[in-house]
Amino acid sequence: MRRFAALIEQLDSTNKTNQKVASLTQYFQEAPKEDALWAVALLSHRRPSRPVTTTLMRSWAAELADLPEWLFEESYHIVGDLAETIALLVKQETKGVPPSLSQCILEIINLKSKEVAEKKQYILKRWQSLTNFERFVFNKILTGGFRIGISQKLMTRALSKAVDIDENILAHRLMGQWSPQTTTFDEILLNPNPEDQISQPYPFFLAYALEDDFQEKQNVANWHIEHKWDGMRAQLIVRGGKHFLWSRGEELITDKFPELDMLVDILPDGTVVDGELLPFKNGVIGDFNALQKRIGRKTVSQKLQNDIPIMLMLYDILEWEGKDIRELPLSKRQHLLAGLYHQVKGASVPLRISEVFQFSSWEKVAMERQKATKKRSEGLMLKHKNSPYEVGRKKGNWWKWKSDPKTIDAVLTYAMRGHGRRTNLYTDYTFALWQEDQLVTFAKAYSGLTDAEIKKVDQFVKQNTLERFGPVRQVKAELVFEIAFEGIAPSPRHKSGVAVRFPRILRWRHDKKITDANRLEDLKQLLP
Amino acid sequence: MPLLEFTSKGIYCAQADVYLDPWRGVDRAVISHGHSDHARWGSKHYITQEINVPVIQHRLGNISVTGKKYGEPFTVNGVQFSFYPAGHVPGSAQIRVEYKGEVWVFTGDYKTQSDGISNPFEPVKCNTFITECTFGLPVFQWEEPIKIHNRINHWWAQNQNEKTTSLLMGYSLGKIQRLLKHLDPSIGRIFTHGATEQMTQVLRQFIDFPETELITRETPKKEIEGNLVLAPPAVLGSPWVKKLGRLSTGYASGWMAFRGARRRRAVDRAFVLSDHADWNGLLSAIKATGCENVITTHGYTDLFAKYLQENGWNARTQKTQYETETLETATTE
Repeated sequence: MRRFAALIEQLDSTNKTNQKVASLTQYFQEAPKEDALWAVALLSHRRPSRPVTTTLMRSWAAELADLPEWLFEESYHIVGDLAETIALLVKQETKGVPPSLSQCILEIINLKSKEVAEKKQYILKRWQSLTNFERFVFNKILTGGFRIGISQKLMTRALSKAVDIDENILAHRLMGQWSPQTTTFDEILLNPNPEDQISQPYPFFLAYALEDDFQEKQNVANWHIEHKWDGMRAQLIVRGGKHFLWSRGEELITDKFPELDMLVDILPDGTVVDGELLPFKNGVIGDFNALQKRIGRKTVSQKLQNDIPIMLMLYDILEWEGKDIRELPLSKRQHLLAGLYHQVKGASVPLRISEVFQFSSWEKVAMERQKATKKRSEGLMLKHKNSPYEVGRKKGNWWKWKSDPKTIDAVLTYAMRGHGRRTNLYTDYTFALWQEDQLVTFAKAYSGLTDAEIKKVDQFVKQNTLERFGPVRQVKAELVFEIAFEGIAPSPRHKSGVAVRFPRILRWRHDKKITDANRLEDLKQLLP
Repeated sequence: MPLLEFTSKGIYCAQADVYLDPWRGVDRAVISHGHSDHARWGSKHYITQEINVPVIQHRLGNISVTGKKYGEPFTVNGVQFSFYPAGHVPGSAQIRVEYKGEVWVFTGDYKTQSDGISNPFEPVKCNTFITECTFGLPVFQWEEPIKIHNRINHWWAQNQNEKTTSLLMGYSLGKIQRLLKHLDPSIGRIFTHGATEQMTQVLRQFIDFPETELITRETPKKEIEGNLVLAPPAVLGSPWVKKLGRLSTGYASGWMAFRGARRRRAVDRAFVLSDHADWNGLLSAIKATGCENVITTHGYTDLFAKYLQENGWNARTQKTQYETETLETATTE
């Protein structure tokens, strides 16, 4: 625990990537293996389930710090992070050596089944026996959300240096669902047993957004073009007479899509394919929101399957006849995939294949991109014909060229303090459009402004607050922003009656008055 | 009529026709300390603690100013004024105002920790206490300063070993001299930026500081490399820092208590060191005055006043134009 907290503090106190990697590497080399494995788990967002609610933690911390609850809450809003607020408010009372990281996490896991009084006793004892920063780290483990600016990629790089195993191999070994409770550092990272691996997915290859001068530099003949499907990325594995479906977030979602169960009998053993889960009713690709509904449900009823049927749109093949074929050029893999699809396709088989286009000019590619809405895609994917299937987000071989976002001018109506780096600044905004003479909320957006602009808006918010609701401030309607978003769908749950996807601030319209902002009807015109 | 009123020009004593830390030009200004939001340009005559005289002369140029010792009373139209140490920066004072047995104290800015360069804070009995509360939230609880200074010296020594220059940043008046006072000159040489050097020179007549060397156009990079440089935070990202060689950056401020602020400031090392009272400091100062009334001026005023009300004080908030040293302005003194 002490060593791990010191690591986090080191990572926190430098801006230099090399130094971060060096600190992590040193930790992986020096820490006991069971601690190192937990560190890997935490930094790849695998955490023990939360043993207490944050409401309880807040009230215990307020009690311990002898503060009225309102003052605790206000402090929390200003600090912007619960783990840190508690770390700052509670004082260390006893000294001594805290348990190791793995021991501490084990205690947290065992806590889950205990009575509330016992939970409280344990947590208060820990809070009072740790230093400020250790207490912060302990709370982070307790509440989950271990976001500290260390990407999985960076962590894997450091691990690779520490154990001297290739980064891509390690990334693969770290995929899927595992827990330090049931495996060891050696088993999972150093000498994995292939028989334990039948469910293990490959790391997804992710694309960057297309760079501006791409077309000028690239020969269109080298590029295979596909539509960029607007569903849920998934990897389907058929091995050892079983099948496994993985989401991009490395969650096993096999149970959520029972209609794919039949594929275990259709696809040959030793096959792994990459594709997009899409709602697909009566031969038409549906809306992303429909898919959301299915993912949200705990059990998948027959009714849900009938209402929102799905299919897997195939676009790559990573394993064939039990062999990892990610190094084969894309054109070969696509050829294999097409052959496979041809053998198994059928009206009742929930598979489709993503059409691959080749064009003679970039203008023709651009024309295909214009068809995105009609084809129910988000734009295009550009893949180099000789590209291997790489690990993680890499520049060069795969690019996404999304459709231009839709935009609308809206008025800033509410602001909330941000978290993390944006602590204590008003950075989370709510935007509204006109309906008659009322401003109706239609979206929240957090990103798109520069640091300098954020400071200015923050100042505006502080000086133009009409009313406060906890961490939220209602502000005078005065500032107009151009909001961009990807998709739009009707939504009875929203006051405005519509839901937009990925709203973000495109620019601050200093030139516009609030009366120039768009009307809600203008937004509804954009509904498909 | 209350002894002190809050007007559009500043805190005003009508009986004496005197303003305390006015934010517009007035005839007679009584000044708590030298920071630019408290000692402003444009008044006809200034009265301040004697150590603060050269400080505001340096900042405001040729002004008419009278210096007084701590505890030395002066009377204007029957109203007695006197300065008591505020412990904020050298020459900083609480302003005690007494008329017909009623006593008000205006703190300016203050801290209850001793910093080794300012006269330590002295509680003054009063009826009404006008207090800052920049860090008036319970999350602010300062460590003993010596621990922070040890950390700074340790950081410097470590950098020295790695032939890296330590760029240590803070406010030019107060913070920098406090840092300087506790640097261990046996580790290496201490260089300064122009802005910090000037203010340090002004204060050398009162305080014994380790030797400093001003960085000029002629100072070779080689000389600086591996040593320590004191500078205001505004230098970060400017071409000036390029001539300092390989750098480790450090920043000392109370705001560095927040992890988000540390990350946003993007320095290598953040030192939580403040010249303002922390939560417990504010509360103990208020208790020590024995006052019935508290007026909170700048900082987390509303929250702090509400807490005081719940604990039996007659507390209220008053808007002023003292730029609270906020998280964001902390770099641009």
